[in-house]
Amino acid sequence: MKRWLAHHGRAVTSAFRRLARAPFAALFNVLVIGIALALPVALYTVIYNVQLWSQHLPGDPQITLFLDRDATRTDAADIERKLKQRDDLKKVAFVSRDQALQELQRSTGLKDVLQGLERNPLPDAFIVEARDVSSATLEPLRAQLSKWPKVERAQLDSIWAKRLEAVLRTARIAVFVLATLLAFALVAVTFNTIRLQILTQRADIEVAQLFGATASFIRRPFLYDGALLGALGGVAGCAIVGGTVVLLNRELAPLSDLYGMLVALRPVVWTDLLAVFAFSGFLGWMGAWLSVSRHLASTASR
Amino acid sequence: MISLSQVVKRYPGGYEALKQVSLEIAAGEMVCITGPSGAGKSTLLKLVAAVEKPTSGSVVVSGQNVARLRPRAVPYFRRVFGLIFQDQKLLYDRSAFDNVALPLQIQGYDSKDAARRVRAALDKVGLLGREKAMPVALSGGEQQRLCIARAIVHRPKILVADEPTGNLDARHAIELASLFRSFNQVGVTVIVATHDAQLAEALRPRHVRLEGGAIAASEHAPASAAEATPS
Repeated sequence: MKRWLAHHGRAVTSAFRRLARAPFAALFNVLVIGIALALPVALYTVIYNVQLWSQHLPGDPQITLFLDRDATRTDAADIERKLKQRDDLKKVAFVSRDQALQELQRSTGLKDVLQGLERNPLPDAFIVEARDVSSATLEPLRAQLSKWPKVERAQLDSIWAKRLEAVLRTARIAVFVLATLLAFALVAVTFNTIRLQILTQRADIEVAQLFGATASFIRRPFLYDGALLGALGGVAGCAIVGGTVVLLNRELAPLSDLYGMLVALRPVVWTDLLAVFAFSGFLGWMGAWLSVSRHLASTASR
Repeated sequence: MISLSQVVKRYPGGYEALKQVSLEIAAGEMVCITGPSGAGKSTLLKLVAAVEKPTSGSVVVSGQNVARLRPRAVPYFRRVFGLIFQDQKLLYDRSAFDNVALPLQIQGYDSKDAARRVRAALDKVGLLGREKAMPVALSGGEQQRLCIARAIVHRPKILVADEPTGNLDARHAIELASLFRSFNQVGVTVIVATHDAQLAEALRPRHVRLEGGAIAASEHAPASAAEATPS
């Protein structure tokens, strides 16, 4: 155990020493990895935020029937009765124009503007939910309802949420593919970086082997190098995305005030950082492992 | 302890460095392998220390067949040896102390114990005062002695030296010979390959002469030669 600790302690110090010996080269390597990682992290952040926002949207698709502006209370009651007779509808709710105006005032903060209006510009409306929510039945239903007398327009609204969901799913797959590709790139970058280091330390490796160094003894310091490189690259990537989010949020703050709702991107948090740190560290470790193993295989005694 | 039988080593390209060499070296023996360059001296030593594998024939060291050694076992096998190379193979970015400490680090000695052993080895070759010096700051003779310190620091059972005198002058050759003899006296098997007649003469061991990849002569020194000759 003590021996094991001593071996690892030595490997860690030598990894840091090598890093300190060529700080610029190390910095650029870290930047390359950081920028490569920033891409999927940024995309992930965007998707996460859109998803967060989309959760506020109603889940089940609804059809909103806007009545003609000149429709009277009796017309509305008539339509309500007809709607309630249908057994393909799950829910029928009447939203009067006054209710709608109040709702609008409450949710948007445009109270002053709306109070300045001479008369209510909003129509009466029904919000209905169908029993069968597949788009194959919803669209004909919408078309049918829109042809009713005194109905100006029927709008299928929450289908947007579904569409968004599908788009997000696609985007998530894109991020996954991109992250996988860039993971390979990260392994390749560390592979080559470590290969260069191996070449400069060829003599050390050879001598160590001649004096009975095991493959893991040779490998160890390079593995720490690779892991350190990857992990620092991960931190750099998070820093790039984190900084961008902070900048964007600063720009979004006035927008939030204007629209009276919170428009802000969720910043990069510790758990993200930790996940990226561990993941990129692991990839760096893997690149180094491959690199040293290749070298060891090529120098095995014949 | 070391037994070569009908060893052939052919390098890629067809060059045959050793042709059917058979040789027995007993534990605690001191053997000097002489012969002109290209005779196969270095190859012979490399086969013994498992740096290279024989094309055919067997090399058996302490009951282990080098050719059949599993790759994972090779490092542990090598720890039995102390190696001194023709081209020294010192690490020029480390101090004399760190160069000598390397074999101990590899074997996982704790640093206190290692430091004690390193100083003992440096003392043995007369470099105790120079432990902080970088190899380039040492003279040719000092560098060679540093190599010897590194080869003996982990108390190997077998000391293998390939042209240890390199291009050192005669006085140093005598010095080295007495060092090797002192190791041999404490039971270390010593195998020295050299074309330096002076060193070979000073060692007064058993001589094995290689010529063109085959043993030309093998002559046993009198059993008591090492003790009888004043150093």
